[in-house]
Amino acid sequence: MGKTTAQKIFDAHRIDTLEGGTSVLRLDAVFCHEITTPIAINDLAARGKDRVFDPDRIKAVIDHVTPAKDSKTAEQGRIMREWARRHKIKDFFDIGRNGVCHALFPEKGFVRPGYTVIMGDSHTCTHGAFCAFAAGIGTTDLEVGILKGICTFKEPKTIKVTVKGKLPGGVYAKDVILTIIRQLTVNGATDKVIEFTGPAVDAMSMESRMTLCNMAIEAGGTTGICYPDMTTVEYLWPFIKDGFKDKKAALEAYSQWKADPDAVYEKTIELDASGMEPVVTFGYKPDQVKTVKEMEGTMVDQVYLGSCTNGRIEDLRIAASVVKGHKIADAVRAVVSPATPLIFDMALKEGLIQIFMDAGFCVTNPTCGACLGMSNGVLANGEVCASTTNRNFNGRMGKGGMVHLMSPASAAATAIKGTITNSSLYKGRK
Amino acid sequence: MKEFNGKVLFLNRSDINTDEIIPAKYLTEITKEALKSFLLEDLTLEGFDPKRDVAEKKVVVTRANFGCGSSREHAPWALEVNGINLVIAENFARIFRQNMYNCGMIACELPEKTVDDLFKEFAGKETELATDLSRNVFVFKSGASTKEVPFSISGFDKALVEAGGWVEYADAKY
Ligand code: SF4
Repeated sequence: MGKTTAQKIFDAHRIDTLEGGTSVLRLDAVFCHEITTPIAINDLAARGKDRVFDPDRIKAVIDHVTPAKDSKTAEQGRIMREWARRHKIKDFFDIGRNGVCHALFPEKGFVRPGYTVIMGDSHTCTHGAFCAFAAGIGTTDLEVGILKGICTFKEPKTIKVTVKGKLPGGVYAKDVILTIIRQLTVNGATDKVIEFTGPAVDAMSMESRMTLCNMAIEAGGTTGICYPDMTTVEYLWPFIKDGFKDKKAALEAYSQWKADPDAVYEKTIELDASGMEPVVTFGYKPDQVKTVKEMEGTMVDQVYLGSCTNGRIEDLRIAASVVKGHKIADAVRAVVSPATPLIFDMALKEGLIQIFMDAGFCVTNPTCGACLGMSNGVLANGEVCASTTNRNFNGRMGKGGMVHLMSPASAAATAIKGTITNSSLYKGRK
Repeated sequence: MKEFNGKVLFLNRSDINTDEIIPAKYLTEITKEALKSFLLEDLTLEGFDPKRDVAEKKVVVTRANFGCGSSREHAPWALEVNGINLVIAENFARIFRQNMYNCGMIACELPEKTVDDLFKEFAGKETELATDLSRNVFVFKSGASTKEVPFSISGFDKALVEAGGWVEYADAKY
């Protein structure tokens, strides 16, 4: 009987099986950020266990609130800094070099096909785009990850989502994943892995695949997974070139992690990309999804472009192509946060930053900030935000605020119009 | 081992997320104790007042997909510092469930029908629950009515509950 990708990765990393079918997995990487790690660091110290299993396999960043906004966030940063120094964690990214974790770590080449990765952050599933088993966990699991390089997981069942056909113009990975979540519901993939496959996924860039996998958790999924192909190898090539004779050899090696054709799935779903439309969320749950057309005319106060879902260079290029030559509506404020310094630099050199500034956007440094209502664009009570982020929970971007999740193209168009609208309005498409 | 007995708080809604259990703005706290007065502060549930309704409760009974959203262990901690070590639901988000056991707390799943019956029989009334871990039975009590509800817990989860969490267990064993 064939195996799913997750089964293959589990088999290669299992060091123990506990009663009840829980596996103890060896970890290839443990990622850390300043919101969930300091409390783990302090707890380990209090237990007399201030150790790390392998400083080279721990990667850490200050990204959620940076620069620090008050003494408390400054203290979280200080704990991280001192800990990284104390344990000689070389891959620690402090202000000036820091960016949103799930954009920064892939960009640094820290994730490879077949890896097991954990982080005290639910959107760790993003890294499944590289065919890794990458899962968010809580502080206790993080502590044990830091200490021992292991984590327990129940053997996950897998849902296979095949996206056939070709995406129409104006429809992006964000629309695809929101459409899938609407179908699966917020609970439909709980304790399960989602494998994304099919021609529409094969045609996607790594950036788009990360957008897709990023929101697997919004359906309850443990991680999303895309199979490795030449796109994966091309992205990783600068980091892996010494390990393989050529790209073909790398692809061959990585293909071992692809699910077998006769793998057994919990469920399989097929969608047709060619019939998809731009979509947007309307309530406080990410499975409350309508087409942009149905929501057209909804007033917004703020537009936010950024986050681990859609703050990558591809997203900024798409948004800038819509915004170019326009001004944002008078009643709207718009914020763009390139997700990493490299993305910021590219956007600067490509003239995208100028386009955003000319249109009236505020450009901030790379940070999560507004996405979780901590800084750099928090909503006031009763305000509405068109956002490229991944969560529309009540209060997520500020108490009493409403968040409509959408693609960068739709968000950019909405900034110009001042109400939710389709990007085709500004792209000359019908 | 923690206490799994006491007054029950019924939350009659599915998909209660971690932002509702403890809003992100409190994630800058670096002690668990500091979370105490903010538990369920942003919960959207008609007639629910966190200040009034959380007081003295030791058990939560709720519907499906409790604890969805972020990975923050602050969610179980916010319950824990309020003395709530047991949540009963139809099912949980994976990370929340694992966080609960990792802290030596219990996140127990019961069939939809059983949960529904509990709501019908006890919600809106002063209800006490006693957990019998030797028999795997919850005993609900309100006025004169008593109801025994059996539950299951895996050997490993029980070991975590007995050990008081995963850090000590893992460091000793691996
Ligand atoms: S951008 Fe938002 S969702 Fe992504 S890691 Fe940061 S806070 Fe979490």
